[in-house]
Amino acid sequence: MHIKEELKERHTLAVIVDNEPGILARIAGLFTARGYNIESLTVSEITDDNRISRITIVTSASRPVMEQIIAQLERLVPVHKVTDLTAWGPHVERELALVKVAGTGDHRIEALRLAEVYRARVVDATISSFVFEVTGGTEKIDKFVELMREVGLVEVARTGVVAIARGREAV
Amino acid sequence: MTEKSGADILIETLRELGVDVVFGYPGGAVLPIYDALFQQSESNRPIRHVLVRHEQGATHAAEGYARSTGKPGVVLVTSGPGATNAVTGITDALMDSIPIVVITGQVATHLIGTDAFQEADTVGITRHCTKHNYLVKSPDKLADTVREAFHIATSGRPGPVVIDIPKDVQVATARFKPAGPIAHPTYRPQTKPDAAKIEQAIDMIAAAERPILYTGGGIINSGPDASRLLRELAAITGAPVTSTLMGLGAFPASGSQWLGMLGMHGTYEANWAMNQADLIVCLGARFDDRVTGRLDAFSPNSRKIHVDIDRSSINKNIRVDLGVVGDVGVAIADLIEAWHVRKHPKPDLTDWWARINGWRATRSLDFEDRKDAIMPQRAIQALWEATRHRNPIITTEVGQHQMWAAQHFHFEDPNKWLTSGGLGTMGYGLPAAIGAQLGNPDDLVIDIAGEASIQMNIQELGTATQYRLPVKVFILNNEYMGMVRQWQELTYQSRYSESYSDALPDFVKLGEAYGWKGIRIEQRGDLEAGIQEMLDYNGPVIVDCRVAKLANCFPMIPSGAAHTDMILGAAQVAGELDDEAKALV
Repeated sequence: MHIKEELKERHTLAVIVDNEPGILARIAGLFTARGYNIESLTVSEITDDNRISRITIVTSASRPVMEQIIAQLERLVPVHKVTDLTAWGPHVERELALVKVAGTGDHRIEALRLAEVYRARVVDATISSFVFEVTGGTEKIDKFVELMREVGLVEVARTGVVAIARGREAV
Repeated sequence: MTEKSGADILIETLRELGVDVVFGYPGGAVLPIYDALFQQSESNRPIRHVLVRHEQGATHAAEGYARSTGKPGVVLVTSGPGATNAVTGITDALMDSIPIVVITGQVATHLIGTDAFQEADTVGITRHCTKHNYLVKSPDKLADTVREAFHIATSGRPGPVVIDIPKDVQVATARFKPAGPIAHPTYRPQTKPDAAKIEQAIDMIAAAERPILYTGGGIINSGPDASRLLRELAAITGAPVTSTLMGLGAFPASGSQWLGMLGMHGTYEANWAMNQADLIVCLGARFDDRVTGRLDAFSPNSRKIHVDIDRSSINKNIRVDLGVVGDVGVAIADLIEAWHVRKHPKPDLTDWWARINGWRATRSLDFEDRKDAIMPQRAIQALWEATRHRNPIITTEVGQHQMWAAQHFHFEDPNKWLTSGGLGTMGYGLPAAIGAQLGNPDDLVIDIAGEASIQMNIQELGTATQYRLPVKVFILNNEYMGMVRQWQELTYQSRYSESYSDALPDFVKLGEAYGWKGIRIEQRGDLEAGIQEMLDYNGPVIVDCRVAKLANCFPMIPSGAAHTDMILGAAQVAGELDDEAKALV
């Protein structure tokens, strides 16, 4: 007997929650307990009084499982609202990466040139290294990191995706 | 205004919420609360504390109390092992949607995270087996947290809530704030269904030629009104009614429209009617795998309506045509009203009932009675015949005896059948019976048990003795973990790996050692008299009823099979299943 794989789609969810202790563990634990997958998860407070947080989750699942993920999230007591931005329509997704590259000579010049193409900023430099700050969609960052590998990539730190719907309406 | 200790605030709030009994076990991290319990003034309707013998027993007792009274059950245990011992019962309550509030002691706040004596990360451990949980860090927040916990445990889809209270918070003082309105910022379960969906449901019911009402534990949770309304809905639509294990009693077993329980050990007529229906109206049930059997063969030609208070239950296992979110009692009331407004006549279901009666003629619950042995089914029947006039509360453990009880004990009313359905917790029945007896002192409460399950919480015999609770434990003793053995016969060519009950205690002597009356029934001819002797005794009784050792529970839908592939008797049992079926639970 072999275990069957299901067809999955990638979705980006915006989850508005009470900023209370354990909320992140509650959400992350729900995903592991029910066998859902998390590609990326970001969280930060979004109100002045620090009482509300916005969590952005990128997950991939079959359509029925996607529906379950949203229903299960909404069932958690501290969760205010779950929006499936992918289903909602046009939205902007961004992540930020800090990319450290070490090298000298041609590699160093090539790294700078590529950084310019990708609109990455230099936020730290030594004689033999750079740290670039680059923002964009996941694919752009992936591509940039891949290119940097050729010219002396040392280390990468990424925030994961944050996303917001286009247009004037709030989700 | 004078300040009160956290422990006093807790007791005061529990009293304000109408709590009259708490099931618990003391320990270091709850000593201040136990002292506050001790010092309650007798004039002020003190909360009664029931000392269990193991914290798991406290949780099941609270479940039994809750399920039989409709009020939330309350548990009080200490930190560390007290809390971890409670986890099985908490999970059981989550799976069966039973409202309980579990108060756990915790080490003092400055010791949290230091691996202090009897420290466990209780909120971490219980995060995924509770509906919600809290760590209270200030006595100031205690009263409102307790009020919110009760609100969450009892509203929407009920479930267990844990409140973890560090010892210093129990000792520190704060002003006791009287109750304001419970206003959680976001938790607002939808109880009233959308009117448009009710209209759509009525269209579907009116158009159906082969409808069936598939009911579950949600009807019991909704309250006695929901059961009454279900009877009315059945009367005006003429539809047959089946129920899950958890929903037994919501519809009277003596009713002419009753098909019996459905699912793995359900009746032939219930499962065939589900399979052949053109409309399934699911009321407060959740299409559990024990009900559906093989998913791709489940009721292939029906449209499906699902009424559930928990949106995540809708379309979880089975795609439905119409999902209605709301309290099932309110939804049934709305359906009845809409039906009357439209002046629908009672549909003519003559052809459908003719087919159902054909399936009924199979008499799938019949068994071959024997003179030389007590058939377990016969023992349940005899128990039912001897007690039905007293409308008893029945609890069970988990296994064959549980299924036989579900099949052969017939319930007329809700809140009379307490069993561990979702989690399938052996050891549930005795403590649940204790909780039910405390909540219903004048009722007859019987735990129908197996000799293996009863040993999982046998220590609670002492609890019944201490509080003079006249519960009865009726053990169907076949010296096997019968359901495991039955599956081994079906799936593993009768290789009985570890499924025999060796080194059994003498249950009569064991009962006597705890101050119970013990009765042993060994002969078929002694069955009725033995049951009568049990009923006549004014106090707790344990009955060791020796039943036919190798009887199996039928009908049965084997693992991975469809409703139409029921096994009706031992002659149809196959030797070995394929890997796909073996991999299913």
